[in-house]
Amino acid sequence: MHIKICAEAFDPWQEIQVHQHLAKDLAGKFGATSVFIGTMRDFNDGDDVKGMTLEHYPGMTEKQLEKIVAEALQQWPIINALVVHRVGDILPNEPIVLVAVWTSHRGDAFDASRYIMEALKSRAPFWKKERLKSQAERWLVKNTDGYL
Amino acid sequence: MSIKVRYFASLKESIGRSNDHLEITGLATVADVWRYANPNKALPDNSLAAVNMDYVELNSAVKDGDEVAFFPPVTGG
Repeated sequence: MHIKICAEAFDPWQEIQVHQHLAKDLAGKFGATSVFIGTMRDFNDGDDVKGMTLEHYPGMTEKQLEKIVAEALQQWPIINALVVHRVGDILPNEPIVLVAVWTSHRGDAFDASRYIMEALKSRAPFWKKERLKSQAERWLVKNTDGYL
Repeated sequence: MSIKVRYFASLKESIGRSNDHLEITGLATVADVWRYANPNKALPDNSLAAVNMDYVELNSAVKDGDEVAFFPPVTGG
């Protein structure tokens, strides 16, 4: 299991490859890998967005993400998991978040990765401030419930 | 007692600072900490609070050495 906060742009596919490669002892044990990648859009609420700053609460972010992954481990037979989240200045098309879960069977991989992602959206202390094409800046007010 | 207070995101901007260090006796709850540190500003309704990096309710107790944080709803992911 690994949780990582990145201040620089990251390649989610490379992160997955490296994480899976390092866990050599798990080779042959997992039959399903579910991957979710959140990427920055260049539009939001009808406006063109040219960039974003992601603030976070260092320490609490890691603590909450560890707790969320631990909750998922109690509910599903997870073999391995990886959570990577970006902070700092971000441009459209750059990845914001990666959640990958390795399990024996697909149902657990889908369900556990969904759980981790939705819990992250509502509990991990990150805040987005958008920079619009008009030069205006605005904080996002609230994340929507992904199950609605 | 000594309490470290931290503020984040839009709440930090609206009060104009990111932290306070309080040396005070008689603060019992998280809500007391906010009122003492920000006597002229009500905590916005949707705000979240944490003590030592765990979410808490505003009526939760505080003790010497705690780090108390206030921030708006989270918008990561």
